[in-house]
Amino acid sequence: MSIKRTLLSTVVGLGLTAGIAAADGHSATITIATVNNGDMIRMQGYTDQFTAESGIAVEWVTLEENVLRSRVTTDITTKGGQFDIMTIGMYETPIWGANGWLVPLDDLSAEYDAGDILPAMAGGLSHDGTLYAAPFYGESSMVMYRTDLMEKAGMEMPAAPTWEFIRDAAAAMTDRDNEINGICLRGKAGWGEGGAFITAMSNSFGARWFDMEWNAQFDTDAWANTLNFFKDMMDASGPSGYATNGFNENLNLFNQGKCGMWIDATVAASFVTGDGSTVADSVGFALAPDNGLGKRSNWLWAWALAIPAGTQQEAEAKQFIEWATGKGYIELVAANEGWANVPPGARTSLYENPEYQKVPFAQMTLDSILSANPNESTVEPSPYVGVQFAAIPEFAGIATQVSQEFSAAYAGQQTVEEALAKAQAITDEAMEAAGYK
Amino acid sequence: MARAVTNQRKAINTAAAWIIGLLIFFPILWTILTSFKTEAQAISDPPVFLFFQWTTENYSTVMERSNYGRFLWNSIFIAGGSTILGLIIAIPAAWSMAFVPSRRTKDILLWMLSTKMLPAVGVLYPIYLLFIQFGLLDNVYGLTFILMLINLPIIVWMLYTYFREIPGEILEAARMDGANLKSEILYVLTPMAIPGIASTMLLNFILAWNEAFWTLNLTAAKAAPLTAFIASYSSPEGLFYAKLSAASTMAIAPILIMGWFSQKQLVRGLTFGAVK
Repeated sequence: MSIKRTLLSTVVGLGLTAGIAAADGHSATITIATVNNGDMIRMQGYTDQFTAESGIAVEWVTLEENVLRSRVTTDITTKGGQFDIMTIGMYETPIWGANGWLVPLDDLSAEYDAGDILPAMAGGLSHDGTLYAAPFYGESSMVMYRTDLMEKAGMEMPAAPTWEFIRDAAAAMTDRDNEINGICLRGKAGWGEGGAFITAMSNSFGARWFDMEWNAQFDTDAWANTLNFFKDMMDASGPSGYATNGFNENLNLFNQGKCGMWIDATVAASFVTGDGSTVADSVGFALAPDNGLGKRSNWLWAWALAIPAGTQQEAEAKQFIEWATGKGYIELVAANEGWANVPPGARTSLYENPEYQKVPFAQMTLDSILSANPNESTVEPSPYVGVQFAAIPEFAGIATQVSQEFSAAYAGQQTVEEALAKAQAITDEAMEAAGYK
Repeated sequence: MARAVTNQRKAINTAAAWIIGLLIFFPILWTILTSFKTEAQAISDPPVFLFFQWTTENYSTVMERSNYGRFLWNSIFIAGGSTILGLIIAIPAAWSMAFVPSRRTKDILLWMLSTKMLPAVGVLYPIYLLFIQFGLLDNVYGLTFILMLINLPIIVWMLYTYFREIPGEILEAARMDGANLKSEILYVLTPMAIPGIASTMLLNFILAWNEAFWTLNLTAAKAAPLTAFIASYSSPEGLFYAKLSAASTMAIAPILIMGWFSQKQLVRGLTFGAVK
């Protein structure tokens, strides 16, 4: 092929490409990394509407939660610039905000009404009072229980039960012959699985991860009481193999009528009362239990949209965030799919809406969220922010190892005392290496 | 003299082979069956095997939600490109190691294999930074190059083993007939090693197709192959097993079909030189 012809084809090719791009009509394309869950997938379905309104095209990268976390962490720490918006949680936001890795969301429009974001959510997604991620949906944890089994056991669930009541009710509801376990809880290793549950539970037993000098606290009675209570109750009334059960396994058991109670994310309420549940008509809700020490065992979490610093499309990304986490989006979903399907737990105005108040689990979700305080999550003072985690970069690694030791104790591979001793050593060693002590 | 095999023994061997084959294939079969169930049937206890209401709804949902064609094309490009590129580099390398070995050839081969022992995550950051520098993130060419590098030791090792089975005298004769190096490799060695090259190619294509660490970490929206397509249907919070199974079936279908049609070649190549 002659040089002349090559040049001609290149020019024609470039012209065609430019023509196609112009015909596309999009002023910009933003790339969003997100998790695979019902609310996020629903949002992807409405993206065309955003594109039609704004002229901004959206490319989605959907990944499993842990893969996403590792993927976006790699990208943001190396300034890879692969994403214009990242879906991150309450754990990452304050740390990344403090590092200057996120664009502050302190100039959102008046119509967006940032003051309407639930204070607990705004607090957990801020650093030094500046919001770094806008909550798409928020969750706490609560008790979901079978009203029919509770009645059969001759008991009545209080709106705010104690752990003692939960243990007694679990024993009374357990019917091994009919494969009914009184209680199903997360025992699976992983800081976001069993680790999150036991940390939130420990708050209600007066335990904490660190004292004010960042010394590990697993050698305290409070932690021993937490773990012993959990293991004794689950051995007596939990499903076999609970040491490997996470959210999905327990959801499956509950939906098939094999759990009397399940304490887990408030977002599960729509699953256990939805089409996939065989017990949808007999589910009640209550606050996560306490121990009379002033702290309940519920956690606080939000999936939120944040803009990595250095993106070339900050204005477009902000425009999308305002659309996706604004009041208009909630109304859009409600109009098309009903109020039970709107993203919960992010805005005060949602809970003031009379239509939403009719959703059976709405009030309990709000009460649970409001009763969690990430800035004061423990009975004794602690130096960290977070309810079911400590918002420091080292936590994920440490807590994953610690939860592995706890799971080994649940499975009977070691005693609770051995697990706690190992947890103490792991945590102290890691904190010393990280320079906290 | 070959031993006579009785009918009874033949039947036992056949039955054993079928049982082992079915056991190996069972996870794939279960995935395919699950992809035709509803989400409720997918998690039912006891599990339902064949007698359920078959539905293609999961496939419709997956097709509606994802751009399967783009993921598929990226997988074909990356797996195919890295395999061909690998062969172009590995054939001359294996030739030199098999027919003109030096004192260090064995050491070099072992060193090459040792690079496979390094956990990939250990070099993620350096590779990621290099990719940023060269603008190769979320780029099919970058991914093709990295997968070629990762599979190169295996390609060289496999080809080296096959080439060693070919008598050096044949190449010598070709040289005496006036063949230069290029002709020797292209027209004498390669045709004789076709079964070995084909099985190497197939195996590396499968390895590149299934590679899920680099393909997930170095891509975003444009260059993501089918491994990222599967990852987008996995969730720790929500029961999406039927949809995940549908996505998995769609991701493995092309490679299964390819494997089915090329199994003769694959077996021939893998047993090449095993029987003397």
